[in-house]
Amino acid sequence: MNGNMNTFLLSILIWLPILGSVAVMLVGAQRPGMAKGLALVISAATFVLGLPLFFSFDTSTAAMQFVEQRPWIEIFNIQYYLGVDGFSSPLILLTLFFGVLVVISSWRSIDKNVNQYMAAFLAMEGLMIGVFCALDGLLFYVFFEAMLIPMFLIIGIWGGPRRVYATIKFFLYTFLGSVFMLIGLIYLYIESGSWNILVWHDLLLGYTAQKWLFLGFLAAFAVKIPMFPVHTWLPDAHVEAPTGGSVILAAIMLKIGGYGFIRFSLPITPDASAALDWLVIGLSLIAIVYIGFVALAQQDMKKLIAYSSIAHMGFVTLGLFIAFGIYRNTGSVSGAALGVEGAMVQMISHGFISGALFLTVGVLYDRVHSRMIKDYGGVANTMPWFAFFAVLFLMANSGLPGTSGFVGEFMVILASFQANFWFAFLAGLTLILGAAYSLWLVKRVIFGAVANREVQNLQDINAREAFVLGTLAVAILALGLWPQPLVDMLHASVDHLLHHIVQSKVI
Amino acid sequence: MNGAQMLLAAPEFWVLSMACVIMLVDLFLPEERRGLIHMLAILTLIFAGIITLRGDYLVGGIQSATAFNGSFIRDSMGDVLKLFSFVTLGLIFTYSKFYLRNFNMFRSDFYTLTLFGLLGVMLLISANSLVMIYLGLELISLSVYALVAFNRESSLGSEAAMKYFVLGSMASGMLLYGMSMIYGATGSLGLSEIAVAISNQGSDDVLLIFGLVFVVVGIAFKFGVVPFHMWIPDVYEGAPLAVTLFISSLPKLAAFAMAFRFLQSGLGDLHVHWQGMLQIMALLSIMLGNLAAIMQTNIKRMLAYSTISHMGFVMMGLLPGSAFGYGASMYYVIVYALMSTAAFGMVIMLSARGIEAQHLDDFKGLNQRNPFYAAIMGIVMFSMAGVPPMVGFFAKWMVIKAAIDAGLLWLAIAAVIFSVIGAFYYLRLIKYMYFDEPEHETVVTVPVDFGAALSLNGMMILGLGIFSSSLISICMNSFAGL
Repeated sequence: MNGNMNTFLLSILIWLPILGSVAVMLVGAQRPGMAKGLALVISAATFVLGLPLFFSFDTSTAAMQFVEQRPWIEIFNIQYYLGVDGFSSPLILLTLFFGVLVVISSWRSIDKNVNQYMAAFLAMEGLMIGVFCALDGLLFYVFFEAMLIPMFLIIGIWGGPRRVYATIKFFLYTFLGSVFMLIGLIYLYIESGSWNILVWHDLLLGYTAQKWLFLGFLAAFAVKIPMFPVHTWLPDAHVEAPTGGSVILAAIMLKIGGYGFIRFSLPITPDASAALDWLVIGLSLIAIVYIGFVALAQQDMKKLIAYSSIAHMGFVTLGLFIAFGIYRNTGSVSGAALGVEGAMVQMISHGFISGALFLTVGVLYDRVHSRMIKDYGGVANTMPWFAFFAVLFLMANSGLPGTSGFVGEFMVILASFQANFWFAFLAGLTLILGAAYSLWLVKRVIFGAVANREVQNLQDINAREAFVLGTLAVAILALGLWPQPLVDMLHASVDHLLHHIVQSKVI
Repeated sequence: MNGAQMLLAAPEFWVLSMACVIMLVDLFLPEERRGLIHMLAILTLIFAGIITLRGDYLVGGIQSATAFNGSFIRDSMGDVLKLFSFVTLGLIFTYSKFYLRNFNMFRSDFYTLTLFGLLGVMLLISANSLVMIYLGLELISLSVYALVAFNRESSLGSEAAMKYFVLGSMASGMLLYGMSMIYGATGSLGLSEIAVAISNQGSDDVLLIFGLVFVVVGIAFKFGVVPFHMWIPDVYEGAPLAVTLFISSLPKLAAFAMAFRFLQSGLGDLHVHWQGMLQIMALLSIMLGNLAAIMQTNIKRMLAYSTISHMGFVMMGLLPGSAFGYGASMYYVIVYALMSTAAFGMVIMLSARGIEAQHLDDFKGLNQRNPFYAAIMGIVMFSMAGVPPMVGFFAKWMVIKAAIDAGLLWLAIAAVIFSVIGAFYYLRLIKYMYFDEPEHETVVTVPVDFGAALSLNGMMILGLGIFSSSLISICMNSFAGL
């Protein structure tokens, strides 16, 4: 790969889907087949073009790679500044991967305004990649907010009966969280005279300023990830969203919250993060334990998976913020690295698993048009192949060794022992709770006697669905059995981050 | 008075003479050829733009020049605002032609009165003395009073005109009263001389402060910020849509210029005094505008309250009294004019023959009836809500930074919270367009020029956001000398 191509690679990955979405929109509502075909071509091309992010990625450095830097609003020193490191590169690859899968999986399930549906997904893909690449604060914010628009429309137009309530709640929640971050970003600009995030990483700030900035970032990212108690938009949004929307929401959009903590909170306000780590850890543990119980009580499959997502995201925030406790206890950063790496692995793994689970529910929903657990039972009798995949994904969700779900959770629990035994104990409860709600779901939906005529008449998955679920199964097993390539990608960046956050940045 | 000085006011002279020409031409024009008037009006704007650009204040490096004994000033801020007035008015004329034809009101008085209103806007933008400010202001007001009652059959229109006239005259009276006090305290009418006088004699003069209070009232009335906002919803609702379009955009551009000239060029030393008043009005406007708009089911009233909140944001930019703040404010007011024109243009598009689209329900299912215009309205609404990458976001963060610069972090926080609350009613309109089924299947058809203007307007709101650098630089550079 020559250097010239690498300079524009990230721009291509952002703008090809966005401009492609305009093209798909112009196809018109009368030609759904053409819109779908074009969307598939564009997303597949973007995926292929993005592969150098894995193959040409230099794992030995924490410096930004594939950098593109040019002025945007010169008068305020705002730049169009893109680049990736070990944190953003895997997340972009995840986005590219789901960009293709979502188009394929929606092939039959959408019949209204297909061109707009596909265009919304393509635009969202480009914007989410933009979020992960942006190294300029204002550029990041623009992508971060603009992303809400396609998702708002996806839930609102193609969603379920309570879609209007769900989508407006989703939008206003996230919007409210992020405006506080905007004030924080403006403050950082006033302090540093620059919008460059990497400059902000080296900025010295007063302790009080750090604390307020930390809370501003927390408002934005806690809503996004989401953390207890600002998680209530997520079950509503998931339940009402069409399958593709749920997949993107769970697999990618939640990760933006975790990514934000890594890119902003930890390195820019390390002292405030260390001082307030109890807050985040406490909320994470509540999410893991309490939300785990909530998931157990759900009647609706999508809601169950949504709550399970919140519990799993609790591991991400826990893994990131126990770093401070470990450093206090052991005085070394290598122990803390395990937690941060675990959090990152958990994000990628949860992306695959939650995406796979929502697609699984989508397969059933397309046939029966119900998400209620009580409408199913004995699906394995009529859909054996489907049952195979569903059981695999639910096992992975409960953290079965050999699947990717195990790796991240195990790393985080192992790391939390070094911080506090009780953190590890409470986090470990998830292995029981996760198994309980996942396996109970398996029992009620997949196994047992055939429950009703609808189930009796079910057709097993077709080749298209088998391709989608099969790809995800391979990914989940691959990451579970051989996580080394991902950990290698992370390693240098995690070390760099930890060295950043253990030094005080108080003036 | 020499020729070079007259030349400074060339765009004003051009607009004045063309307004008179249009009035005369109309006398000899048969009714079926009235389209010519529209063409003449558009040509007037194009040439006014060219003449203004020839002045070289924008890029030529000339800072400013004054004429008519210093009571008229030509500078890059004024030229930018005038150019955007022409652009906005061009869009307004295009939208209005369709509306006036539909409602049997296509008469040339609309064009004459609007052009005189434009002249008032231009004079106010360039005013550098108390007399000129008053002249510009009254020229706008008198044209608008007549325009509001333009539909003679509408009792709502006459009521609105009456209400506006009474309140407007009172505001003019207050302003005049304040001016006379300032004149009494400083002994001069020119803003530059007033500034010199104040810096010589100090700003602790009670007479001066009293004068300032009344002047601020006059400015606030023109902006329509709380508590001088009462007229806005009624006038917006009562006036014909074509006139609402005009009232909601051009006078706001002029109001910003008037605020800058008066408060900065003239009374800059009283910054501490007017800052306190402005910050309360800004906060109240943002609060009341956003909260009251949620309650509205009438689209014109909703946009009226939305205007009130936007003007609160414009005021926020004035607070620090810095070059950045004025630049941010000016950017905001220009952006607002474009957004509001597009929004009302959309309402005109949906007005069926003879019946104005009044209710939010009229937007139901627009995406299915015409996805293209639904997308444009979506862009406008997201822009008004301040969602990037639309241009409204860039305006918002700049005025928020201005408030933080002025040391008013609490105001910035309150403003963002209320703008999230305000986002609700913009989203609700999008909900009507995208999530609801249409109530009737009427195909939306518009003339070619109307469609082109609306598309251009929508693209500007998106394009100026993504490529925001140039307009921001122009606005900021206008105050580089400050």
